[in-house]
Amino acid sequence: MKNLGYLFAAYTAVWLGIVLYVRHLGRRTTEIHEELRELRKKLERR
Amino acid sequence: MRAMRWLGLATTVLMTVSLYLIFVEVPTEREMGIVQRILYVHAPAAWAAYVCFVLVAVGSVAHLWRGSEHGDRVALAAGEVGVLMCTLNLVTGPIWARPIWGVWWTWDPRLTMTVIMWAIYVGYVMLRAFGRDDDGVARYAAVVGITGVLAIPVIRVSVRMLQGMHPAVTTTREGGSGMADPTMRLTLYLSGIAMVLLAAWLVMLRVRLEALHRSAAVLRRDIEYGLE
Amino acid sequence: MRAALAIFRKDLRIEWRTRESLSTLVVLSVLLVVSLAMAHDPTPTEAARLAPGILWATVIFTGVLVVQRSFLVEREHDCLATLLGAPIDPAAIYVGKALGMLVLLVAMQVVVVPLVSIMLRVPVWGVLPELAVVLGLGDLGFAGLATLFAAMTARLRVREMLLPILLLPLLTPVLIAGVKATEAVLEGGLPAAGEALGVLVAFDVIFVVAGGLLFPFVVRD
Repeated sequence: MKNLGYLFAAYTAVWLGIVLYVRHLGRRTTEIHEELRELRKKLERR
Repeated sequence: MRAMRWLGLATTVLMTVSLYLIFVEVPTEREMGIVQRILYVHAPAAWAAYVCFVLVAVGSVAHLWRGSEHGDRVALAAGEVGVLMCTLNLVTGPIWARPIWGVWWTWDPRLTMTVIMWAIYVGYVMLRAFGRDDDGVARYAAVVGITGVLAIPVIRVSVRMLQGMHPAVTTTREGGSGMADPTMRLTLYLSGIAMVLLAAWLVMLRVRLEALHRSAAVLRRDIEYGLE
Repeated sequence: MRAALAIFRKDLRIEWRTRESLSTLVVLSVLLVVSLAMAHDPTPTEAARLAPGILWATVIFTGVLVVQRSFLVEREHDCLATLLGAPIDPAAIYVGKALGMLVLLVAMQVVVVPLVSIMLRVPVWGVLPELAVVLGLGDLGFAGLATLFAAMTARLRVREMLLPILLLPLLTPVLIAGVKATEAVLEGGLPAAGEALGVLVAFDVIFVVAGGLLFPFVVRD
C-alpha cells in the first residue's frame, strides 16, 4: 500500500475544501439572519 | 426550499455510494496502484467546475438580456462554487502527479487549461467581491462571466500548441491504462454525478444567502430614508 | 460608421497632443524587454529561441497596464455620458475606441520589434510583412477585448488592480498563438504558422463580435 499518504492527502483536501466552504456559508447565513431580525425590529419601532 | 432539501438528500446518498465504490469495490489499477483512486475526485471536481462556469454564463445572460435578479444571484453563486471545484482539481492534480511521475506539476494541456480557467473565474469572484458597492457591478460581472465561457474553445486549442515539459505524461493522464474495467467507469461516472450534485447544492445555498443579503440591503435603505 | 471614425480621430488627436499613453507604453515595453533579456542572460542561440516569447510577453503585459487610459480620459471629464446622450450607436463608440487602442499597440510594436531584433540578435527584416500580419492579428483581438473590459473597470473603484487580473487569463490564447506564429514565421514564413494563425483569427472574430454585442450593456445607464 505504498503512496497511501498521497491518497489520504488528496481526499482530505477535498473534504476540507467542501467542509470549510459549507461552514463559511453557514456562518454568514446566521449573521445575515441576525441582522435581518435587528433591521426588522428597527423598522417596527418607527 | 424543498428542492434544496431533496438535492441535499440525493447528494448525500450518491456521495456515500461513490465513496463506497471508490474505497471498497473498485479494483486497484495495475500501473499506478492505489493512488490512482484520486482520479475519482480529481476528474469529477473538474466536471463540476465546468458545469458551474456554464451556469455563470447562463445566469449572466439571463441578467443582461432579461434583467433577471435571480440569474445574477445564480451567476455569483456558481462563480464561487466553480472556483472552489477548480481549486480542488488543481490541488488533487499535483498530489496525484507527484508519486506517479515524480513531479508536482506538468504543463499538460488539460492542467494548463484548468489553471487559466481558474484565473478567469477567480477574477470574476474578485470583481464581485471588491466591486460589491459599485453601481452596475452585476452587469460588468455578467460580461466577464460570458466572455469566460466564450474563451473556452480558443483556450483549449491554443494550450495544445504548448509542447510542455513532459509530453509523455499527457497520454496517461486520465488513468489511461485502466479505464477498460466497467467498475472503474461506473465509479468514475457516479462520482462525477455526485460531485456535480454537490456543486449544485452548494450553489443553491449560496443563492439563498445572496437573496438574504439583498433583502437586508433593501431594509437598510428603507430605514435610512424612512418609510413613507 | 462615421461616428466611430470621429471618435477614433478625436482620441488620436488628444493622444497626439500629450502623447502620454504612447510614451508610457513605449518606455515600459523597452524596460520590460531589457529586464527580461538581462534576467535570462542568454547565449546567442538561446536568445533567438527566447525572442518571440519576450516580444509577446512585453506586448501583453505593457498593453494591459496602459489600456485603462483610453477610458480614463472620458471619465475625467464625464464625456462618456455626453457621448451616450448623442444619437450614436454605442457599438460605434466601441469600434472607435478599439481602433484607438489598436493604433497604440501597433505604435508600441514599431519600437519593440526592432528593439528585440537588435538586442536578441534575431533578424526580422526579411519576414517583416509576415510578422506584421501576426502582430496585427494579435493586436486586433487584444484591442477588442481590452476595450470592452476597460469600459467596465473605468467605472469601478478598484479599477487599476482589477483590469490586468481580468484581462491576462483571457489573453493567454493571444500570447501562446502569437509566440508560436512568430516562431514559425521566423523559420519558414506564413504557411508554417497555419494553426497558430487560425487561433488568432478565431480569437479576433469571437471577441470583436462579443465586444460589440456586450459593449452596450456595459455603458448603459
